[in-house]
Amino acid sequence: MSVIVEDPSVRTPLVLGGHTFESVSDAVCAPVEQKAPKWWIASFAVAVSLLSLMLAMLGKLVWTGVGVWGLNNPVMWGWDLVGFVFWVGIGHAGTLISAILFLFRQKWRTSINRFAEAMTIFAVMCAGIYIAFHVGRVWVAYYLFPIPNSMAMWVNFRSPLMWDVFAVSTYFTISLLFWYVGLIPDLATLRDRAVTKTRKIWYGIFAMGWRGANRHWQHYERAYLILAALSTPLVLSVHSIVSFDFAVSQLPGWHTTIFPPYFVAGAIFSGFAMVVTLMVIARKLFKLESFMTMHHLETMNKIILATGTMVGYAYGMEFFIAWYSGNPYEGFAFVNRAFGPYAWAYWTMISCNVIFPQLFWFKKIRRSIPAMFVISIIVNIGMWFERFVITATSLHRDFLPSSWFYYSPTWVEVCQFIGSFGLFLTFFLLFLKYLPAIAISEVKGVMPEADPHHHNGGVH
Amino acid sequence: MASEDNVSLYVFPKWVNRLPIFFLLGGGGLFVLIVFVFWYWFSPKHLEVGYMPKQPIPYSHRLHVSELGLDCRYCHTNVETAAHSNVPSSETCLNCHNQIKVDSPHIKKIKQSAVTGVPIQWVKVHKLPDYAYFNHSRHINAGISCVSCHGRVDQMEVVHQAKPLSMSWCLECHRAPEQHLRPKKYVFKLDWKSPNQVEMGRQIKEANSIRPGEDCSTCHR
Repeated sequence: MSVIVEDPSVRTPLVLGGHTFESVSDAVCAPVEQKAPKWWIASFAVAVSLLSLMLAMLGKLVWTGVGVWGLNNPVMWGWDLVGFVFWVGIGHAGTLISAILFLFRQKWRTSINRFAEAMTIFAVMCAGIYIAFHVGRVWVAYYLFPIPNSMAMWVNFRSPLMWDVFAVSTYFTISLLFWYVGLIPDLATLRDRAVTKTRKIWYGIFAMGWRGANRHWQHYERAYLILAALSTPLVLSVHSIVSFDFAVSQLPGWHTTIFPPYFVAGAIFSGFAMVVTLMVIARKLFKLESFMTMHHLETMNKIILATGTMVGYAYGMEFFIAWYSGNPYEGFAFVNRAFGPYAWAYWTMISCNVIFPQLFWFKKIRRSIPAMFVISIIVNIGMWFERFVITATSLHRDFLPSSWFYYSPTWVEVCQFIGSFGLFLTFFLLFLKYLPAIAISEVKGVMPEADPHHHNGGVH
Repeated sequence: MASEDNVSLYVFPKWVNRLPIFFLLGGGGLFVLIVFVFWYWFSPKHLEVGYMPKQPIPYSHRLHVSELGLDCRYCHTNVETAAHSNVPSSETCLNCHNQIKVDSPHIKKIKQSAVTGVPIQWVKVHKLPDYAYFNHSRHINAGISCVSCHGRVDQMEVVHQAKPLSMSWCLECHRAPEQHLRPKKYVFKLDWKSPNQVEMGRQIKEANSIRPGEDCSTCHR
């Protein structure tokens, strides 16, 4: 491309490659209708083995007890909470793309929202596993819900850990419904194109009798709008409440008012990075480059740049307030964070989250597939370290120096975390194979052919 | 379209339309049912009240307490001073039974136990989980009668569990102790009933500053 500055009066086309309505359906349905390619079978085998690793680690945890993790007084939260916040954060991109960008009529969302929402749902499932199992005795995890019982046990509604349970389960339910409602017209497309009876029946069941009638579309649009409105506040509330898990407790390093916005920005940052990582691979393997265009990737990278800068601002502001408050404990917590025994983790976080995303100021890097792939992975590593730094460094220096401790994970925690990627990838690969990865009907809506004034390819 | 011939839709029968509502109501109903089953049938109130194991010696509390007038503390000597209320040793039985009914095969067993030092294997009736710390002396000295937790043992031929001993049941009394508090002198009188329990209980509670804990750590230390 020789033009560096785009003509602002012309919208960048969202679908390239001279597609017609029919070829869009063909291209998106192709991965679902063809036989599973070799790379899919190979990666599915890897994903399922990782999933089994996670299940084995959970089995060991339940069988032996939480002592198999390296947690001890005073570091009572370690990789379990880090993993939970990491996965919930990744889940944020889906709702942001599907709900907020929908309400703001950002048309570029159409070809990536299905993909990002699926990622959200599977990431929240991984987070849910951590919530359920970090309680130690998983068979009493139902204590987390207000269910009548003969012990007169009731949940403590004043605890942010309780709000977390409701926030995350609401978020999961709404995201799942939103994703499913959006899928219905496309499931009907798959049903109508199906050639075997099994596919006809299964896609038929989930298409819920969709015929594309005018009334169907009216109800659909209405339901989609309502769900978008419902999930918009969730984008902000879920990670705010996750941050309350830390911010409400009176511990230097956690007890700060900046946490909610800082966590939300971090969540969107990590979520978008994960979408870019997965999209770069999937668009190549499934030949969906004409829908997930460079324009989409570049827009995503701009958001990564913006949220990464916000996160960097929050890191700086935390230090400023620690000094400005004049509180010696707060001050110690932050000096210790940067120069104490976990300094290596802190500086990993700073370089991954603050320094590398700044490369996206350059258009060349923003539009380079290898560069964005590497940076998006760096960002996810950095965001994992952010949660580790917040959790471990704040806890390991207790008020009593006699209880100071250096926490390191056991092999069970490490394998559990690696295995959680297996859960994520297993579901994600199944999604890519059995459901349309791009919202067919919505993409058709942003093509020039959908414009009522469009005749004969615009010639008139 | 040419492909129209092989795209013959599978048409679902009409009753399928009712399935979503059926699953919704059924799922909700199933959840309520499961909670109810656990909350009601699997609760100690339903599963444990009436537990009456066979004891090695057919000792009758009714005979010894109601007819002969033994005090609870004659056998359960620690109840006022210790967390655990003891089951009497064989020697305690023999205080009387080295004179009375010595020919009974059961008394012979008790005598044998006292001679050899091998205790009689009484079967425990009232069980609490090991993570619940219950202190008998604390309750007795506050003015909670045996009858509040063990029922009318003085009328039992064979001892059985009369109350659920569940956590909610403990909390009921911890939240409203005036329902059970009585003057110290009536604590071991299982048949005694106050004519105005609540009024009296409230006075005792005030006078002795009885404030039963409701924190987790009150019982789970």
